[in-house]
This record gives sequence, structure tokens and C-alpha cells, in this order.
Amino acid sequence: MNLKTSTRQVDGVNIVDCSGRITLGEGSVVLRDVVKDLLGKGQKKILLNLGDVNYIDSSGIGELVSAYTTVRNQGGELKLLNLTKKVHDLLQITKLYTVFDVRDDEASAIKSFR
Amino acid sequence: MAGDRFSYRLDSTLETVDNAEQTASRIASETGFGEDEVMQIAMAVREAAVNAVLHGNAYDPDKKVDLEFERTARDLVITIRDQGKGMDLSKIPDPLAPENLLKTSGRGIFLIRSFMDVVEIHPSKTGTEIKLIKHVHGTAEGGKEASQ
Repeated sequence: MNLKTSTRQVDGVNIVDCSGRITLGEGSVVLRDVVKDLLGKGQKKILLNLGDVNYIDSSGIGELVSAYTTVRNQGGELKLLNLTKKVHDLLQITKLYTVFDVRDDEASAIKSFR
Repeated sequence: MAGDRFSYRLDSTLETVDNAEQTASRIASETGFGEDEVMQIAMAVREAAVNAVLHGNAYDPDKKVDLEFERTARDLVITIRDQGKGMDLSKIPDPLAPENLLKTSGRGIFLIRSFMDVVEIHPSKTGTEIKLIKHVHGTAEGGKEASQ
């Protein structure tokens, strides 16, 4: 299943609920467009809820990195929420787990944004 | 899989990548690998197929990707060949190096090596062949790489 997203806002934080796969092609493009759209609206606090994403390939990992650096370069913050085991393991072996701010509780994740 | 080996030829498209991944997943399951190993094998094949379609054949409709699956008593062996200019192994970055951590590409080969027991990469002027081997029933320690 390709990536599907829906965005909601809680206390000024844009939570992007993602489900499906973030892979080369459409999945990566969907994520890129969502982040680009939020930044275009001046929304720079982004929490990617990956709780229903159980597959990411190297292109998807690259897209996450791109989203992270793009938001950060514009003075914003992008954090990850609710990683599945597979995604968690992928970020571990690629050493990106320590690069991203990864959270497993939505309420505390929202409070962590400046 | 009819018999212990079969091969087929695919176009240089994203559909090929999905097809290769799905076929690898099915065959790995049929071979008796566990869920995690099936995912690893399928992802390794997907990454190799991405390399073949994008970097090898560069989506050229005149160039094809050959996939071969072989089951032996000890191994599942998957071979992917493209018809590109041949991968330059010296240009494969270390994605774990601090200066590369935030790069948006360059993790495919690393993931393949992480997930398979043996990885052989044979570049030539007429294309690159990558052979992926997963031992059945944990017959090796894992993560080892053969000569390239």
C-alpha cells in the first residue's frame, strides 16, 4: 500500500499521521509534498506519526532525512513518533536513530517542541 | 518456484522493483525463512533492483533487468543483472560515516550487505551482476561478505 497521510494540529504542532509504505516513487513523493506544503504555510513544527508505516526502503530513509534537514534549515523541528519495530531497526542499523528525535508518546512529543 | 531455479527478464521500470521484491518475498517464504528474514531478503532484492533500474539501466527502455532465483540445500541465491555501464565500487560511500549520515542516498548497498549472508558484486562494462545469498536454517553467522 502506498503512503497515505492526514495532518492534524495540536497545540501548534502539525501531526502527520502516515500509513503504508515509504518507498521509491509515490510514497517518497507523498511525504515530500506534505512537508513542503506545511513549510509553505509557515508550519515548522512537524511530528511524523509513523505508527502505521511498517516498510521503508533506502529511498524512504533518504526522504525522511531530506524532510528532517529541510525543516531544520528553515528553523523548524521535525520529530518522529511511534516507530514500528521494522522502522526502528532500520534507523538503528543506519545510525539515524540518534539523529532523529524519536518519541513514543504523542502528548510528551507535542510538549517537547519549543 | 518450479524446480530449484528460475529466471526472468524485466523492463527498467519501478514496476520491476515491486515485482522483484514481491517475488523474493514469496520465494523466501516458500523456502521456510521466518518473517524477519523474509522481510530482509525482500528488501535486499528491492534495493538491488532499484540499483539495476535506476543506476544501472537508468530507466532505459532498451535495457533489461535479469533476475534469477535458485534454491540449494543450503542457500537461497538471488542474482540480479543490469545492462548499464557497471557499478564503480570505489564510489560506494560509507553511509555510517559522520559526514554521510545526513545524505539522502547511498544506503542501498549497505542495507543489502546488512541483510544478506553473502553479497557478491561483479561490475563490468556491460552491466553489473549482484549475487545475494541467504543461508537456510542459519548455516552461517550472517553479515559476511564475499570478495567483490
